[in-house]
Order: sequence, then C-alpha cells, then structure tokens
Amino acid sequence: MAELDKILAKYPDKQRESLIQILQDVQSGFGFISEEAILTIGSHLDLPTSKIYGLATFYEQFRFKPKGKYHLQVCGGTSCHISPLSIQKELEKLINLKDGEITSDGLFSLEVVSCIGACGHSPLLIINNKYHTDITISKLKSIIQQLKKED
Amino acid sequence: MDTGSYKTFLCEVILGGKTKFDAREEELLTVIRKERISRPIIFIGMGTCGLVAGADHTFSMIQKYLAGRDIDADIVSTGCIGFCNSEPIVDIQLPGKTRIAFKKITEDKVNSLLDDIFHGIISEEQVLWQFRSDLLKPWDKIPFSDEIPFFRYQHRVVLGNTGIIDPFSIEEYIAKGGFRAYIKSITSYSPDQVCDIIDQSGLRGRAGGGFSSGKKWKSALASKEEIKYLICNAEESDQGAFMDRAIIEGDPFRIMEGIAIASYATGVSKAIIYIRSEYHTAIERLIGAIKNMKDYGLSGEKIWGTNFNLQIEIRQSPGTFICGEETALINTLEGKRGMPRHKPPYPVHSGLFNKPTLVNNVETLANVASIIEYGPKWFYSIGTVTSKGTKVFSISGNVNHIGLVEVKMGTTLKDIIYTIAGGMKEDKKIKAVHIGGPLGSSLPADCLDTKICYESLKEKDAEMGSGGLIVLNENNCMIDLVHYFMNFMQKQSCGKCIPCREGTRRMSEIFDHIIHKPVDHVNHTALDRFRGVIQLEALSEVMKDTSLCGFGVSAPNPFLSILKYFRKEFEEHLFDRKCRAGVCKELRLFMINIDQCTGCSICAKKCPENAIIGTPKSPYFIVEEKCTGCGICSEVCAFGAVYLK
Repeated sequence: MAELDKILAKYPDKQRESLIQILQDVQSGFGFISEEAILTIGSHLDLPTSKIYGLATFYEQFRFKPKGKYHLQVCGGTSCHISPLSIQKELEKLINLKDGEITSDGLFSLEVVSCIGACGHSPLLIINNKYHTDITISKLKSIIQQLKKED
Repeated sequence: MDTGSYKTFLCEVILGGKTKFDAREEELLTVIRKERISRPIIFIGMGTCGLVAGADHTFSMIQKYLAGRDIDADIVSTGCIGFCNSEPIVDIQLPGKTRIAFKKITEDKVNSLLDDIFHGIISEEQVLWQFRSDLLKPWDKIPFSDEIPFFRYQHRVVLGNTGIIDPFSIEEYIAKGGFRAYIKSITSYSPDQVCDIIDQSGLRGRAGGGFSSGKKWKSALASKEEIKYLICNAEESDQGAFMDRAIIEGDPFRIMEGIAIASYATGVSKAIIYIRSEYHTAIERLIGAIKNMKDYGLSGEKIWGTNFNLQIEIRQSPGTFICGEETALINTLEGKRGMPRHKPPYPVHSGLFNKPTLVNNVETLANVASIIEYGPKWFYSIGTVTSKGTKVFSISGNVNHIGLVEVKMGTTLKDIIYTIAGGMKEDKKIKAVHIGGPLGSSLPADCLDTKICYESLKEKDAEMGSGGLIVLNENNCMIDLVHYFMNFMQKQSCGKCIPCREGTRRMSEIFDHIIHKPVDHVNHTALDRFRGVIQLEALSEVMKDTSLCGFGVSAPNPFLSILKYFRKEFEEHLFDRKCRAGVCKELRLFMINIDQCTGCSICAKKCPENAIIGTPKSPYFIVEEKCTGCGICSEVCAFGAVYLK
C-alpha cells in the first residue's frame, strides 16, 4: 500500500478536517475506497473506522466497490428524467445492472450521478468519462452490444 | 509582444487607474481585447455543455486542419455562451472582420467550415450570428448577436463575458475592464464604504433565500474576531441548474474579483471556493485563475501596497444535495457529515471552526464587481421595487433553446419562455413551468404572466430558488415529477431531524402508491394510498413548521404546488387511476381492437404477466387485473391492434 502511504503523507498534520480530502484522493487513486484503506486512514488520523465509514457512506461521491471495465454514469437530473427514455430502467432490463453495482463479469458498473447540467442533450450517458448524448433505446442497445463485442 | 510582457502595461496603466489612454496604449488594448489581430482566431465553446456535445473532438480536428495546411491561426477555448442545443459552437474571427459564430460544428464538419471561411464563404445553414464591433468590418447579411431575440431581450451583466472571452487569460479580463473595481475598493474605499455600496445597491442573495447581501456583509464586518472566512458556495446541486458552473467556466476572474472585494469588505483573509467535484472543467479554470491572480499580485500578502492579505483555496465537495445549505457545507469543510446546524448562531457570527464566516453564492459574488464599477444607483435602477438587478436562469425541458438566460428582475416567465427561449419544442402546448429545482414549485400555464421577483413569485406560492426553470408540456405528468422529486429528497435528507427524515420518506411512499398498481390485496396498498393521501397535507404542514433547515421546510413545496394548481390531474390519478400524459406506466390500460387483431398470438407470447388470453386466429383479450401497463404488447403488435384506453 505504498500509494496509500503517499497520499497520507500529504496530510501530515493528521487533522479531522483533512478526512474528506484524503478519502477523495484515495478514491481518485484507487477508483474506490477499500476496507483496508479505511483501516489505514483510521490509524493515521486516530479516528474510529466506524466514524470514517459512516462519513464516507453519507456522501454520494464515495464508492466501496471497484469500478467495472466500463463505468457507466447516468445523469439523474430532471431534464433526463422527463425525457421519454429512462436509461437506468433500460440498463436494469438489458444487463441487470443497478445503481452502485457491478455486473458479475466485471464488465459494467453503474452510478447514478446528480444533474450534470447538460440538459440540452438529455438523456445523457457517460461511459468511462466519454459522453453519449440524446440516447434512444436503439442507441443504448447498440452501445452496450458494441462494448460487449469489444471485450 | 507576448502575453507575459503585457503584465507591466496592464498593472501600471490599466489597473493603475489611468482613464485616458494615448494612441499606443489604445492600440495595445485593442490587441489584448482581440479586436486588432494579425492572424485568424478560432474560438471553441469548451464549457461542459460544449464538451458533452463533442467540442474536444472539434478542437483536435481544427488543430489537425491547421497543422496539415500550414495555416497560422490561434485557437481559443471559451466557456458556454448559453445557447446549449447548438453546441459545439465555433466562432471564427479573421483579421479586420467581425467575429462570427457557427452552430453544431462536430468534428466531421470542421473541414468544410474552415475551407469555406478561409475563402470568404459562409455556410448559411450553420451560421448563428456575428458580434458587433466598431473597429471591425461586418459580414454581409449576417444578423448581429444583439439582433436575434435570444440575446436582444436579455440583460447580460453577470454573463457579459461568458462564452466570449478566453477564461484562461487574465490579460483579456483586465483589458475589458476587469479588476478595476477591486483595485478601486482596496485603494480608495474603506471596508465600511464597500459594504455600504453593496447595501445601497439592493443586491440580494441569489441562492434562493434572497437575504440582503449588504446586511450580511455588514454583520460579518462587525465581528471583531481576528480570523474570519469567506466561502463561495458553488455546490450547485439543484437538478437542471447550471448557471454557476457556466459563469465559472466562462468568466472565472469575475468570481475571483467578487470574492476578493467581499473579503476586503468583511475583513477576511482566507476565502474558500466550495465546488462540486463533478465540475472538472470549472475547477481547472479556477485553479488557473488563482495562479494568474497571484502572478499579478492580486492575491497574497500586502496586495497593491495596502495591508490587505488574501488567500483563495478550492475545496471539492464530496456531493450531497444538502451540502448546498450553508451550515451543512461548513460541517463538510470541518471533515464531518454534512448535516445542517441550528441557526442561530448564524455563520456570520459563528461558522467554520466557530469563526465568523460569510457564505455567498457564485452569482451573488459575480454581481459585486459591476456594482462597484458602475455604482449602487446603476444596479438599483434595474429591476422591480424589491428585487434589484438581473437573474440568471438555466432553462431546460421542452423549449427550443435550452440554455442560460440573464434577464432583468421583473421580466415575465412568458417573455423568457416564448421570446428568449424560442417557444415550445414542436409547438406543443405548455403545461407548467417548474421553478427552483426539487424544492421548488410548478406554476401552470395561466401563471406565465408572473414576474421574476422574489415577492411576486411568493404570491404564487413559488420561490425563486437558485434559478432552474424546467418547462413541461402535455406529455409530462405532474404527479410523476413530484414522485421523482420526493424520491430524490428522501434519499438526500441528511437524517438529522425527524420531520424531514420521516416526512420525506412517507411522502415518497405515498406517491409510490399513487403511481403504482396495488401489488396484491394482502398488503392493503390501496387502503394505504387513500390513508396516505388524506395525511399528505397535514404531513406537509408538520414538515414546514418543525424541520431544522430549509431543506425540510421546502421539501413539501412541489407537492403543495401541484395540489394547488393541478388538483384535477392529481385526483385523476387517485380516483380514476388514470394518467392523462401516459407517463405513469402502471396506470395505463391497453385494449385490443377486435377488428384489427388477426390472432397472431405474438402479444400473448411476449406479455411478461401472461395477461393476454385468446385462441390463435381469433382476436385476443387483455385481462385488466393482470395488466401492468408495460406496453410491450403495443410495441410488438404488427397490426396496430393494441391501443391505450
């Protein structure tokens, strides 16, 4: 866990106020927050792990499962909601994927994010930080098929 | 002359307070303002909405084009001008000619666009407008931006530079008059005087509450504590609201200037910008702006020879709707759960680490520099009796031009929707406007004459909110919208106080029962539905009276507004079990037209509920009790025999 130690070394004053920044750094470095990371952060900041886990689960940014090969983010904003297609529901039907979960083959993971504010192009799907706009059911099916094929 | 050597000129001449320039200085200014150019400039809208539409691909394609043909031209990435459906927008300025904007320039259109323009040809299909300039020769037969309705009826103060200037260039911002107000404040005014100016201008908080900013600043200044904080609240989590992001992406220095003036006026030396972590582009531009300010000596120690010190820091929000509430935000910064605190004490008296903390919204701060520059009377003269200045709205939903608009207070909703935003998509009938995000209210079509103003909206039981406008048409279901908001709020409630935690949950459950079919009769869901509906209003009252923070107090708003304005639709869902918009799927009832059904049996095979019965080659029949309204039968029927009752 040399990488984790490197992150912790950035916060030598061991203050509680650094906790969220540490968690953010860990997540951007590892993609998720593991049990091991929480234990290490706990001993660094001298905080009970229950407090850290409680705090981390309070916020939407933090995830505790690794990302799939293709990390799908669906915008949960109003504009995307009132558009005729619910990507979230279709994904559940198509590949049995729910918010915060990963498919058993490790290929897809899903996260519903709060409004991206790209309401002119709703509904919106982000796959590994690449934007797919104005999604229709056929577009969604072909994207998923394409990704499955590429694997 | 490269941009680095402009620094002395800009610092000494422009910020030095000189108002009359000699010919050489005038010329230099026109160069920095990009009015006098020696080679073409290509501007690309690279705000988030541009990037979503593929502006980054356009950018690299343009680079490739220029490199491949050895053309000497500059590429500048700007923010979003607010005309979001037409992104990626590319502007081109040729030496001596006005800047001209083109819409929807995806990567495949780059070659033909540039081929044409470098030969002096303009493709009429893609041209949007040209920008007016006294120094440059206009293109023939192309409308000026101030002539097209989208801009003509707006009053752009906060958005004045957005989408036009280079957000990475402090030089351009200064050459266009930026930072003069800041230097004037710290060198010629005392903090008291600055607070007075803001107070006299009538500026009110733009995050929704509408509290007088001048009064808030004065209370912060009055505190004698040595350490004070300023927090710029850029945790913009209302769905469908993206004004703050667009302002930061398009004109980050304006926010910086507002923060700096506010810090000086309230005696703060440490300012924190608290921003959503998803706003990558905005964060990147803020980091650039902070660095530039340091280089120019506009932040740091003993700024401009005064005793004023300022440090600006960015903190990323780990995201949760409630963190937009000022005390919850403060808890987050202290490394705790983002739960609101009791008020009083208000943050201006005891906030971050129990020190006086001034929390201001992005748009509020973006107004500050102009108020100092043009004086409080100028600002006071815009708007209505009680609401001064302008308001930025992000308008989305079923209108033709989705995007950002800035209007004078007092403009009617009708003007915003029909004149500026270009009316309804596909000319459909407007049903409602939802104003103020998930804690806001929906106003029906006959309230469109309502003026944008804190008080007149309150008369209609709506609130200004942060500025999200969502326009709904007849195909949208109001009950479904409230259900969606309730579901969202139930997830977002922090759980600290019971009325909000339990109230949002119960409301969400009751709405679940309304839009879903009873699962079975054992769980008495139908009974629950009626019991719940009877209790809804009382529940709302309890939440409004007893919740700890504004979240719980405002959470029943969407429900109360549909009860007031869309009661009939609500009752249809309840008693007739019918959704007139066809959105609530489980309330749909499909029938088979016996004249058209050939008895092919495909619907019966595909029905997941086995709700369709019949014998092949004779008409089939849908069993109402079993049907869940999924609509698969109507999708698979090749003869159009399945219809919605």
